[in-house]
This record gives sequence, C-alpha cells and structure tokens, in this order.
Amino acid sequence: MKDYLVLRVIAKLMIAFMLLFALYVQFHGDFGPGGGFQAGVISAAAIIFYAIIYGLPAARAVVPDWLVETMVGAGVLLYAGVGVVGLLLGGNYLDYFVLGHDPVHGQHRGIFWVEMGVLITVAGVMLKIFYLFAGRAEGGER
Amino acid sequence: MIAPHFPVLQVVLPLLAAPIMVLLRSGRVAWVLATVVSWAALGIALSLLAQVADGSVVSYAIGSWPPPWGIEYRIDRVNAFLLVLVSLIASVVVVYSRASVAAEVPREQHYLFYTMYALCLAGLLGIAATGDGFNLFVFLEISSLSSYVLIALGRDRRALMASYQYLIMGTIGATFIVIGVGLLYLMTGTLNLADMASRLPQVTETRSVLAALAFLTVGISLKLALFPLHLWLPNAYAYAPSAVTAFLAATATKVSVYVLLRFYYSVFGESRVFSALPMGEILLVLSLGAMFIASTVAVFQHDLKRMFAYSSVAQIGYITLGVSLDSATGLTAGIVHLFNHALTKGALFLLLGSFALRLGAVKFENIGGIARVMPVTSFGIVLGGLSLIGIPGTVGFVSKWYLVLAAFDRGAWWLALLIVLSSLLALIYVWRFVEAAYFREPDETVAKLKEAPAEMLVPAWLMVGACIYFGLDTGLTVGGASQAAAELLRSGR
Repeated sequence: MKDYLVLRVIAKLMIAFMLLFALYVQFHGDFGPGGGFQAGVISAAAIIFYAIIYGLPAARAVVPDWLVETMVGAGVLLYAGVGVVGLLLGGNYLDYFVLGHDPVHGQHRGIFWVEMGVLITVAGVMLKIFYLFAGRAEGGER
Repeated sequence: MIAPHFPVLQVVLPLLAAPIMVLLRSGRVAWVLATVVSWAALGIALSLLAQVADGSVVSYAIGSWPPPWGIEYRIDRVNAFLLVLVSLIASVVVVYSRASVAAEVPREQHYLFYTMYALCLAGLLGIAATGDGFNLFVFLEISSLSSYVLIALGRDRRALMASYQYLIMGTIGATFIVIGVGLLYLMTGTLNLADMASRLPQVTETRSVLAALAFLTVGISLKLALFPLHLWLPNAYAYAPSAVTAFLAATATKVSVYVLLRFYYSVFGESRVFSALPMGEILLVLSLGAMFIASTVAVFQHDLKRMFAYSSVAQIGYITLGVSLDSATGLTAGIVHLFNHALTKGALFLLLGSFALRLGAVKFENIGGIARVMPVTSFGIVLGGLSLIGIPGTVGFVSKWYLVLAAFDRGAWWLALLIVLSSLLALIYVWRFVEAAYFREPDETVAKLKEAPAEMLVPAWLMVGACIYFGLDTGLTVGGASQAAAELLRSGR
C-alpha cells in the first residue's frame, strides 16, 4: 500500500491520535470505561495500522522483535512486582493500601502501575501475534 | 516475617520467575531459576503441610481484602497434601529436564520452555492453593495454556496436532467449569468457595444448582481425563517432550481430581452429590470402564509412551473408583492412589525419557534387548511396572489394598474381584516390556547404545525409590490421605 498517497498521509495523521487516545483510555480507566487492556489493544492497533500501510519491515524498525518480546515479559513482571512491593511494605500480596500515605491514594497508585503492566503486556502480545502471522505471509522467518 | 505469606509465595515465586526468564533469554539461567523456584515451592509446601497438620486452616487475604469479598487463599490438609505432591514432582522433574530438554527441544527455545514450565507450575499450585471459584478457573487456564505450549514443543510433528486436540478439549472443559462456577455465583452471590458452601443449602433444590453440578462434573472430568472423556490424553502424553510428559502425567490430572473433590465435598457437600443424585453409580461405572477398556487398549499399543498414557487413563479410573465408593476408606484409597500413581507414572515417564534420549522414538520393535545396554533404566521401568500392577512392597499395592478394603466395607466383593482382575491387564502390558527388553536379542542400533547420563537417572530413580519406600512405609501417604479424606468428609456433613 506504499503507493497510495492518500492512505499514507491519513495514516500519518491518524497514528498520532490513536496513540494519544490509547493513553487517554489508559489514564481515564480509573474513572470511566477503559484501562490497560483496551489501551494496549489500541496502541498495538496503531502500530499494526502503520505496518499495513508502510509495510512490515518499517514497523519492525519502529518496534523491533526484541522489544516486543521484552514487553510481553516486562508487563507481567511489573504487575507481579507491584504485588511484591505491597508485600515488602508490610501488607499482603497485591496490597495497594500500603503503597501511599493514605489508603485511597495507595489504591490509586497500585491500580496505576498494575494497569501499566497490563498495557505493556497486552500491546506486546498483540504485536507478537501480528508479527508472527504477517511474517509467515511474507515467507520470512519470524 | 515471611512465613505468613507462604500461601501466596508458593504461587508467586514461579509466576515471577516466568517473565524474568523471558527478559533474560538464556536457557541456562532459566533452568537455574526454574530449579530454584521449584525447590522453594517444595520447601514452602512442606512447611504449610506442617502448619495445617493439626487440622487448622491457613487463610490468606490477597490485597488485604477480607474474604469473602477479596480472593482468599485457603490451605487445609487436603490441598497442603496436594501442594507437596505437585512441588515435589516439579522439583524432581526440573533436575532431570536439563539433559532431556537439551536433546529434545531446539536450543533457542530453551528459555521459553522453562518459562512455560514455571507458568504451568504456578497455575497448578494456584489451583490447589486458592479458595476462590473464579481464581481457580484463571489458574486452570494458566496451567492449561502453558501445558498446550509445552506439549507442542515435542520434536515429533504430531505433537502440534496432539496439543491442538488437547487445546480444543481442554477449552471445552474450562468453559464448562466457568459456566458451572458462574451458575453457582448466580445462585449464591459469592465466589468464595467456603462462603458458597455455607449459602448453597438455601438454594439446593433449584435447577440452576443442578445444572452447575452437571457442568462442573463434565468440565472437570474432561480435565482429569475420566473415561470416556480421555481422548486428548494419549496423544498429548505420547508426543510431548519426555520431561513434560512426566510432569503433566504426575500433576495435571491429579490437580483436576482435587478440583472435583473440592467441589463435590467442600462446596456441594457429600450428601447432596451422593445421596440425592446417582453420581456415585455414574462414577463407578465410568471408573470400571476406564480400568478395563483403557487397560485393554494399552495392551495393544506399539509405542511405549502411548501404552503408559492409556495406562494413566486406567489408573485415573482407580482414583475415581475410590471417590465413587463414598466412604472414608474409599476416599482415602482415591487420595492415596492420587499420590502413589503420580510417583509411579512420574518415574516411568522419566525412565522412558532416557530411552527417548538414546533412541528417539520408543517403540516396542526398537527396544529389543535394550536391558543389556541400559540395565539401570530398564530395571527401573520393571519396578515401576510392578507398582502399576500392584505387587506387595510397591505403592501400587498400598492403593489397591485400600481400594479392596473400601469395596469390602460396602459389601461389594465383586468389585474387589474386578479390581484384582483389572490388575492382570496391567501385568500383560508390563510383561510386554519385560519380554521385549530382556528376552530379545539386541539389534545393531540397540547394541551401540549407552546408559543414560546420571543427571537423568538419579531423579528418575529417586521416584522409583519413592515408589518402593512409600510402599513399605505408608505413614506419610496413607496418614496424609486419611487426614485429607476426614477433612473433606467433615466439611461435607
């Protein structure tokens, strides 16, 4: 699709807003619909959109394979790590009450980091699946 | 300071190790990590078992949300026993797996193998530790998804197909379980299993609860490979990497049996399941079907791994037979066989892995006279086989002794006869191995083989030794099992 000027221009315009919207969904998740999973899917969709218009190699240059695999692991580690921090601060596992000076603040902080972990892993997994399938179609290895 | 967190640390350690392995991308480091977390889990499980030995219950509130609102981890004598079993098998298999996986799995996938192994362990321990219905489902999915991947890593291309078959069947099973849990949630308004149990009597005569029981029974039976829902099992076990087969055969189905017991006794209450409905009779017939039909099919297999996989289906029949008898002795027999069969099959599949290391495919026509070149491995399989048959002095005898006792308690002498008869079928397929390995002349390829390396033989023989040791000293196994049975029956009445 590299030859379609309209698509290329529109894609360039849209991708920035898609990523911004992903962040909105992420940070607004505390108060309304949204959260890490949706934000992860939307931000992965932005990259996949880029790959569809500009080709897989271009997308792989932006988000290389090693980064995708790191994201898959790092998100889970972040989530589980928040639980361990709660443990180290004297609470139970995944205890957010102890993360801030007052319990409500602590809950906010805990949910923020946990949702961040979800975003990273979900975006990573979506991209990993896309790369695997798209890579097959090109006949390339991985 | 750290001891109060043992119930959750048990699960969290392997869960944390898994993403770290992905980030480090080194097969060797991943193996070290997997070994460390497996042994740590074993230590924690043993300490938990000691804590609850007096009949107390350890409760842990995740996120400090008190149960029944938050997720509760609840350790009593039943699941502490199971936690020890799962982490024990994991600790032995992980030591063995280094050499075996190096031979069977491509090098660049090693760290992913151990990642999946750690996730599977976390899932299985989580199922056992949790006291929350939905959390149980989530851990079931974690362990199932990782085991699909582990099976697909087998070097035979048919492993992919076997894994896919298991994925379809396992997903249907998991869906049924979540529908069952959902219906119970609908009727009781709680997901906490203990809370659910106390609220169920008020709604017990409703059709929704009956449907929940049906969905749970079929779903869990799929996961534990109860005959005739076992069709995924033989291929999955036959084509998975050897270490995976040993690990899954010894733990995955056993944990599913635990889930069945937990729902039947702790949640529904024994009276509901066994007196108001013919569940005992249904289980009895299916167990007998497993014992005879699966054993007969096992006799005609060409592949040793498939043969012992069918034997696993038959042995699961003995476990559910004990459950179906609906008595303290029967339940004890079922739980003790759960432990004993895990040891026996773990040992057998580990030893078959040594053959696989040297031979590739372990078929009857390939192993003629192999006992001359690999005597240690072959003799181990003979001892494991004797335990499958139930020769006195092995763990298999202990299980069958209690099963026969339970049958006599019920006045069912014909059942005792059937138990002994089905053991003869095990004698036939074990004899096929003896005949092939000991009485045939080795061909050229076999004659050139060497004995398996010590790092594989030692863990395998540890399991064989355990089969003999617990066959002679039944204090820990039968003691633990009868305590667990008492715990289940107490919560049921």
